Amino acid sequence: MTKYYQPEIECASREQIRQWQDERLVKQVKHVWDNVPYYRAKMEAAGVTPEDIKSADDLHKLPFITKDDLRECYPYGLLAKPLSECVRIQSTSGTTGKRVVAFYTQHDIDLWEECCARAIMAVGGDENDVCHVSYGYGLFTGGPGLNGGSHKVGCLTLPMSSGNTERQLQFMTDLGSTILCCTPSYAAYLGESAKEMGITDKLKLKAGIFGAEAWTEEMRRDIEKSLGLKAYDIYGLTEISGPGVSFECEAQTGMHINEDHFIAEIINPETGEVLPEGEKGELVFTSITKEAFPLLRYRTRDICVLSREKCSCGRTHVKMTKPMGRSDDMLIIRGVNVFPSQIESVLLAQGFPPNYQIIVDRVNNTDTFDINVEMPPEKFTDTVREVTAMEKELVAALKAMLGIVAKVHLMAPKSIQRSEGKAVRVVDKRKLY
Amino acid sequence: MSVKQISVFVENQAGLLSEVTTLLADNGINLRALSIADTSDFGILRIIVEDVEKAAQILHDHGNTYTVTEVLAVKMDDKTGGLAKILKVLADAEIFLEYAYAFLLQKPGEACLIIRVPDNDAAEAALAAAGIGITTQEELF
Ligand SMILES: [Zn+2]
Repeated sequence: MTKYYQPEIECASREQIRQWQDERLVKQVKHVWDNVPYYRAKMEAAGVTPEDIKSADDLHKLPFITKDDLRECYPYGLLAKPLSECVRIQSTSGTTGKRVVAFYTQHDIDLWEECCARAIMAVGGDENDVCHVSYGYGLFTGGPGLNGGSHKVGCLTLPMSSGNTERQLQFMTDLGSTILCCTPSYAAYLGESAKEMGITDKLKLKAGIFGAEAWTEEMRRDIEKSLGLKAYDIYGLTEISGPGVSFECEAQTGMHINEDHFIAEIINPETGEVLPEGEKGELVFTSITKEAFPLLRYRTRDICVLSREKCSCGRTHVKMTKPMGRSDDMLIIRGVNVFPSQIESVLLAQGFPPNYQIIVDRVNNTDTFDINVEMPPEKFTDTVREVTAMEKELVAALKAMLGIVAKVHLMAPKSIQRSEGKAVRVVDKRKLY
Repeated sequence: MSVKQISVFVENQAGLLSEVTTLLADNGINLRALSIADTSDFGILRIIVEDVEKAAQILHDHGNTYTVTEVLAVKMDDKTGGLAKILKVLADAEIFLEYAYAFLLQKPGEACLIIRVPDNDAAEAALAAAGIGITTQEELF
C-alpha cells in the first residue's frame, strides 16, 4: 500500500498546488527584495519590481541566479534573515573557486527534513523501519537531511555516516537495517563487500535511497541484486536545501519535485528562454518557502525533462528525470543535444573504459561527430570479425542513447591522453561563434 | 600441439605499425612470422616469436593492447598444391578457418601455415588423419 508523509500536500489537486505557488512566490519576491540588496539590484537592472510578480506566471520576468552570483556573494551576500534567526549552515565544495555556504532558520530545517521524510515514506518506510544513514554527516547535506527525515517518519535512525565498511555491515546485520541511505557508488561497494564476507543472506534491507551522484539503470539493477533491495533515486542541492528537493516513488520512473516548496522551470541553457513541458533543458529552481537563503530562479546547470503525467503512486507533484548531464558540457551536434556523460554511460555499459575523446567539426555545412574510444586489453581479440562486431555494437548503443550516429575510432590505450586533473573530453573544431 | 601467437591492436595510422615492430626489434625480439589484418579503422598485427613472455612484457610496458592466442603451425610442402591440400582437409572436416598465413622455414623446401580455428584439437586430428603434421613452438626456431 502506498504511504505518504503528508498526503494532503503530496496528492493535492493541481489547482491547489498552483494556488500555493502563486501566493508563496509573491510573498517570497517581496521578502528577497526587502532583505537581499544584491538580488534587488539585479531586479532593478532587469526593470522588475515585486509589483510585477502577481503569480507564478510572472516568474519568467525575474533574473536568474547562477553559481557565479553565489561565489560573488560569499558568504553573507544572499542572506535574507538576520544571523540571530539562523540556526545552521551547510556547505558544498564548488568544482572551482569558493565553497557554497547555505543558511537555515529552524523553519528551513523543518521543511527540508519534511521533504526527506516524504522521500523515506515514498520507498515504503514507516515507524517500524530501521533507517541506516551512510551519507557523510557534517557540512555535506546528505547525512543531516536523511537523518532529520528519518526522525520525522519515526524510524529507528542509525547515524552511521560514511566509511568503515565492516562496521556498517556489522550494524546492518545486527540491528536489521531495512532502509539504506547513501551514494549509489557506496551502495555498490557495500553490496560487493557483503558478498565477500558471505553475509548477503543476513541482510534485511528492503529499500535504498541513493543520490548525490550520477548513476545508471545498470547500476540500479546491480545494487538491487547485490543488496536484495529496491533502489530509489533522490535529488537535491545545498543551494536549494539539500537532498529531497525531489525523490523517486514506487513507480521508479522519475523524481517528484516538492512543488509546494520549490518551483521548477526548464530553460534553454543558451538563451534562458523557458521551454514547454516535456522538452529537455536546464533545470531552474525557485525556493518559495525558505527564509534564510531563498534563491529565486537558481540555475542548477543540470539538464533534465519535466513531466506532469499522472503517476501510479497517486502523487500529483511534477516529476523530473534523472539529470542527463550538465548544461556547461552540452554539445549541439546536427541539431541534437549531446552530453559527454551520456557517452560515458554507454561506454561503461559496453565494457569500454570511460577514457574517450569527442571530436566535432563542420564539413560542407554538416557536423561531423567522431569519438575516439580506448580498446581495452580485456575486450581485444585476435580476429577482425570480433573487433568489428564490438565496434558495431558500440555504435548502435550510442545511436540508441543519443539519437544520432557517431563515427567510432578504436584507439590503443596510450593514444588517448590520460586524465590528470581535468581531461580534454571534447574538441570542438567548428567555428560557430 | 599449438603455438602461441601474439596479436597487437594497431590504429590505422601511418607509422603506428612500424612503431610496434621497431619496438620489438630494438628489444631484440626476432619475428619468425608476421601478418597484418586491417580494416579502414584499425589493424591487428599477428606475430610468432621465440620468447613470447618477453615480447608480451615489452608490449605491456609500452601501453599496447595485445592478446596471446593458441594457433596451429601446420607443416606445408613449399610447392604447388601444398596450401590447397591443407585447406581441403579443413573444409572436408567442416572446420571454420578464421584466418591463415604462411611463411618459409629455415630448411629449404619446408614451409609452415599458421591457422586459427575454433578447436585446435579437432583440426589437429583431422590433419593427422590426412598425414599432415604440426610444428611445435621450439621447432620453429
Ligand atoms: Zn509517483
